[in-house]
Amino acid sequence: MFDWPTFLFSLPLLGKALLITLQTSLLGNAIGFVIGTLIASMQLAKMPLLRRLGGSYIFIFRGVPLLVQLLVIYYLAPMFGLPNLPPMVAAIMALSLCSGAYIAEILRGGLLAIPSGQREAAHLLGMSRPAILLRVELPQAVQSTLPSLVNELVLLIKSSALVSVVGLADLTRVAQNLASSDYLFFQHYLVLAGIYCLINIPLTMFGRRLERHLERSLA
Amino acid sequence: MTFDLSIITANADAIWNAFLVTIYTWLAGSVLGLIAGLLIAALMLFGGRPLQRLLRVFIELVRGTPFLVILFLVYYGGPSFGLRLGAITAGVVCIAGYSSVYFAEIFRSGFAAVPRGQLEAGECLGLGRLQLMWRVQLPQMLVLILPSIINMLTILCKETAVLSIITVPELTAVLTGIGTRTFTFIETLLVLCIAYLLLIEITSRAGRWLERRVGTYLQR
Repeated sequence: MFDWPTFLFSLPLLGKALLITLQTSLLGNAIGFVIGTLIASMQLAKMPLLRRLGGSYIFIFRGVPLLVQLLVIYYLAPMFGLPNLPPMVAAIMALSLCSGAYIAEILRGGLLAIPSGQREAAHLLGMSRPAILLRVELPQAVQSTLPSLVNELVLLIKSSALVSVVGLADLTRVAQNLASSDYLFFQHYLVLAGIYCLINIPLTMFGRRLERHLERSLA
Repeated sequence: MTFDLSIITANADAIWNAFLVTIYTWLAGSVLGLIAGLLIAALMLFGGRPLQRLLRVFIELVRGTPFLVILFLVYYGGPSFGLRLGAITAGVVCIAGYSSVYFAEIFRSGFAAVPRGQLEAGECLGLGRLQLMWRVQLPQMLVLILPSIINMLTILCKETAVLSIITVPELTAVLTGIGTRTFTFIETLLVLCIAYLLLIEITSRAGRWLERRVGTYLQR
């Protein structure tokens, strides 16, 4: 049923692929965080145009499936005369653009929860608007939304399986190649699912602990 | 670079059929997922400890696995167990299975939100467990969990795009297929994005309308 030699043979390959998966999703998450911060602060800005722009960004990137976003980036870049994007770049771009929209929604909630007195106090101390955002508001927003941010990271690691479509040799792609070379589809995909679970379940549990910790510290 | 929508009108029939496949896999999968999710939540409430543990493990495993990998397991791995499904059926089954655990979690939180006093009052009136669930808990919690359910429905609508990878002839597969055959990526991908945006927007608007309708008693 379960072919152990094949499994042991596939481990080093999967290990290398795991690094690619982690690299794309972590980088995607990091860049997505920057985009998310930007979009969230745009949405909370006073200028209606900025609010509109932030809102449209979230509407589009949350309304279109990630797979379609990937295809758009991968196929359309050459159509506009841009050089063919390497799969890694296209993958990280799509993941960060998409997670940016979700992170923006999370951070917006966190930013809204901060009492306006703090902003006024920082303003009176002579801090500039960006400095207030980065040094007063963002740290608190991140702290209060950390469980949701961890949850978003789990979702992103799962979504990163889709980057196999643009030819990046991530976990899913390598398992696919292995399966199609020896027809042990079920075994390879079971191992694949196992690896994803080994990353995601501890992360989910960590997120839940954070949440409980946060609830206790607020209570 | 040219922009010519005639490629869309020329393939209108194929695209319409693909749209119907998207809707079918999405809604059939979601309805089955809702039923399975309710079942799982009820079993977790009323089942014994061992069953609870087992379901917990099942939920965590499904939640830790990407949807694409579940699709591969069922569609490509299934035949080793004699489970031979057509692409569309496999898609519906996977959407149902994948969403059932999320729906179960939503239902569980809903059950927990109905005050205990009401259950005790119902018990005193001689209602059975099933009756309590069906007549007291379910109607009230449905109002509370409606936003989460609508949110999950929009997520599932987007997941149907992934079905294109196992050759389900839905919107993403058909439109990118036309794109690669005729080199009209701009038109086809634009229509594809608009189709999903429309579906998601209609769903969330319908959800908000429904929330207002069923939630009137919650407002003061």
